[in-house]
Amino acid sequence: MNSLEIIGKLPYGKGFKFVDEILKIDENGVLGTFTFHQDLAFYSSHFENMPITPGVILTETMAQIGLVCLGIFLLKDNPKINETTFAMSSNSVDFLKPVYPGEKVWVKSEKIYFRFNKLSCRVAMENSIGEMLCKGIISGMLISNLYDQQ
Amino acid sequence: MNKEEIIAELKTIIKPYSEETAAFESIDEDTDFLTDLKINSANLVDIVLDIEEKFNIEIDNDSMAKMLTVKATVEVIESKRGNGGQ
Repeated sequence: MNSLEIIGKLPYGKGFKFVDEILKIDENGVLGTFTFHQDLAFYSSHFENMPITPGVILTETMAQIGLVCLGIFLLKDNPKINETTFAMSSNSVDFLKPVYPGEKVWVKSEKIYFRFNKLSCRVAMENSIGEMLCKGIISGMLISNLYDQQ
Repeated sequence: MNKEEIIAELKTIIKPYSEETAAFESIDEDTDFLTDLKINSANLVDIVLDIEEKFNIEIDNDSMAKMLTVKATVEVIESKRGNGGQ
């Protein structure tokens, strides 16, 4: 499964997709990028007159690249791949440097384990000069339908 | 290791994952992880991984699917450890 196929299987719409490219992916991890374009909706209010990428969006970006894209790759031979997705079940993230509008980031993820439908990864985000922006552990469960979880 | 000792070890493993203090304190064989202890499926995976490490056993998908109560979990642990136990 190539990078475009993986990105094509992501369940997010345009306004909430934080994955541009997958540069490298295998059974043990993934490297991907995203550019936080300055016209993203949240910059006008986080914060007013001082746009900074919200921590939840950085976490979401790390989860979409580091957990969901890797999860889709790991499921490539599973016949139910189109009926399932990963829901974030927990995360613990440290934020080291602010991320400003227009920045391109690199997200690198290493699988810790994928067992009993739970994928747990060690994920880090870096900027173009290799400075660590945030890092943490993100886990998710493979689920068949989000509305079954209510 | 007898059944009571296994349950005592299980309590130590489960404690960080349950907020249901009363149900946790009165844990017995019939305690259900999801309905009584309100443990979610993601944390149940962590409990099973902790059980593997603590009891030095390997748990397969079929066994995992059964491990929803204390009783069923003790049975899985006993069968994986073999009848003799240690």
